[in-house]
Amino acid sequence: MNYLPNILFATILILGIGFFAKNVKKLIRNIKLGHDKDVTDNKSQRWKNMAMIALGQSKMVRRPISGLLHVVVYVGFIIINIEVLEIIIDGLFGTHRIGLKVLPQSVYGFLIGTFEVLAVLVLITVIVFWMRRNVIKLARFWKSEMTRWPKMDGNLILYFEIVLMTLFLVMNATDLDFQTMNSGNIISQYIAPWFSGLSEGTIHIIERGAWWIHITGILIFLNYLYFSKHLHILLAFPNTYFGNLKPQGQFNNLESVTKEVKMMMDPNSDPFAAPAEGAEDEVPAKFGASDVQDLNWVQLLNAYTCTECGRCTSECPANQTGKKLSPRKIMMDTRDRLEEVGKNIDANNGEYKDDGKQLLDNYITKEELWACTSCNACVEACPVSIDPLSIIIEMRRYLVMEQSAAPVELNNMMTNIENNGAPWPYNQMDRLNWKNE
Amino acid sequence: MSELLKVPTMAEFMAQGKQPEVLFWVGCAGSFDDRAKKITKAFVKLLNKANVEFAVLGTEESCTGDPAKRAGNEFLFQMQAVTNIEVLNAYEVKKIVTACPHCFNTIKNEYPELGGNYEVMHHTSFLKSLLDEGRLTIEGGKYKGKRITFHDPCYLGRANNVYEAPRELIQKLEAELIEMKNCKRNGLCCGAGGAQMFKDAEKGDKEVNIERTEQALDIKPEIIAAGCPFCNTMMTDGVKAKEKESDVQVMDVAELIANAQDL
Ligand code: SF4
Ligand code: SF4
Repeated sequence: MNYLPNILFATILILGIGFFAKNVKKLIRNIKLGHDKDVTDNKSQRWKNMAMIALGQSKMVRRPISGLLHVVVYVGFIIINIEVLEIIIDGLFGTHRIGLKVLPQSVYGFLIGTFEVLAVLVLITVIVFWMRRNVIKLARFWKSEMTRWPKMDGNLILYFEIVLMTLFLVMNATDLDFQTMNSGNIISQYIAPWFSGLSEGTIHIIERGAWWIHITGILIFLNYLYFSKHLHILLAFPNTYFGNLKPQGQFNNLESVTKEVKMMMDPNSDPFAAPAEGAEDEVPAKFGASDVQDLNWVQLLNAYTCTECGRCTSECPANQTGKKLSPRKIMMDTRDRLEEVGKNIDANNGEYKDDGKQLLDNYITKEELWACTSCNACVEACPVSIDPLSIIIEMRRYLVMEQSAAPVELNNMMTNIENNGAPWPYNQMDRLNWKNE
Repeated sequence: MSELLKVPTMAEFMAQGKQPEVLFWVGCAGSFDDRAKKITKAFVKLLNKANVEFAVLGTEESCTGDPAKRAGNEFLFQMQAVTNIEVLNAYEVKKIVTACPHCFNTIKNEYPELGGNYEVMHHTSFLKSLLDEGRLTIEGGKYKGKRITFHDPCYLGRANNVYEAPRELIQKLEAELIEMKNCKRNGLCCGAGGAQMFKDAEKGDKEVNIERTEQALDIKPEIIAAGCPFCNTMMTDGVKAKEKESDVQVMDVAELIANAQDL
């Protein structure tokens, strides 16, 4: 017996999965560059959110057309992947359609038939998706951040799926035994005649070719994820699990600030007292975020999860009225900078070396940050529980508290609050005057 | 008219050794902004009418810190918060009502961690509860059959999921409640949030309040109802910019109810 194909298959499989594992490790390392955030509370609600939002696509279908189309691709993708299990077993053990050996023919036929129907549905949907991007040119796919790689990425994935689905159908259509069995070839029976003019040998070669390219394609796709917005097919699950459970209007209170404020307000505290033991070792807290390491790990996970769908941006009042701010760009910039920092660490033996760049200014400008109305429309719109607003606020905090770089009018407003307890220059003693006016 | 307003302060209640049923947090806009003061008074009239024992902090009230926090000044926010919480806790305040969604959100969500735990209600929810308890009756009166649309304040709607109370009040006026293209959780911001109220907008091709006003005008309302003093300003300005002020009024839900009863 010739074991060459088995060995070749095992090698490809190990390489494919090995590279993927390496990328996953890097991904986790990068995400962990963020600050700690406690998300151990309320587990049941978290599981529920994951089930509803990621598994159940509940927020996708709020836009019914793209939502339903997405559900087709999503369900198709998951179910057709059951077939991959068979392919792997066949490849490793040199069997052919092992499913037929373990399942009754009718069940097997039903399964493959379902896959075939789904494959066609996915094909159609993917073509519609392609048209929405490239022919109809939906506005949210043509914003300024959607050029070059992000634009190509969006299309590449669609081509990938077209090729994979086609290969799956061709593979079935050219499997002569499977066609003779005539069960489960719901779609492929109509494709089979296209090859009928060819010799049995040629058809077999086509079948084998389709089979090999199909599985290799899947492994390439798996490794492509890390570089693509398509990472969301994995990360949507943890991301919705770790998503915010508090009311959207609630911004976190910075603990480091609380400590200082409590000290300042406490009449009994001695400002000149020696710091408590161990306090000297503490790095002085930096307020807000100027780079990705200042964000928390959930925000970094958010960045890797972003599907670049642009639903956030299309709902953003600032973006709708022509301002530079785009919440999608905030997420894409965060990911790009995080990748850059990750590569920097890789290149410097695991230690980040200052590259003179940061998320603020080099990626996200002040103009974008100050245009936000904190309306939460982006948060509400995101189908995978991403919170661009929290990053915007964290960066504003840096601008205001570390750099005193707020716009003049805002500085005036804040001075008023400090002096009169109101954002306008009115006297606090006049606060009840309305009563008698 | 104004002599009829009963507006006791917490200090006065305290002096009599009494606790009011609820504290009315007036807010900076409600205290100082000319347009918002009218909303404050309308709400007080309703409280008086319903015989609600309420009090205000008066000169002891200070900005909640919301605009400072949204602008990124966590220091100033927490200073304001801690000061306010000290006052509120000293008076042993349990329940707060406010006509400003920003104050509402901040006190309800961001004060507890800093030691301020109160039951906080937006005035529309509070009025709704008075109605349900039969302490307040609402008649259609002059708004019967009028086309009214409600503009969801971001900090009431999306931020805290209050969508129905203001709408139920409007329907009680026997008005025709109509919805804009973007409403409830998809509501479009008026442009004032996140401290934008206090600065010019960044460069763009339109003001946010104009965009929102156009959405409202599209459905031809006679009244745009608001539930936030800042939204009110933004929408009023929008209507003026569109030169529609003779056809369309911008009114707070509390004003509608008070006017309907000729208070
Ligand atoms: S919160 Fe800011 S970024 Fe998000 S939609 Fe509103 S204005 Fe845009
Ligand atoms: S943040 Fe959410 S809504 Fe915005 S582009 Fe990413 S996935 Fe889409």
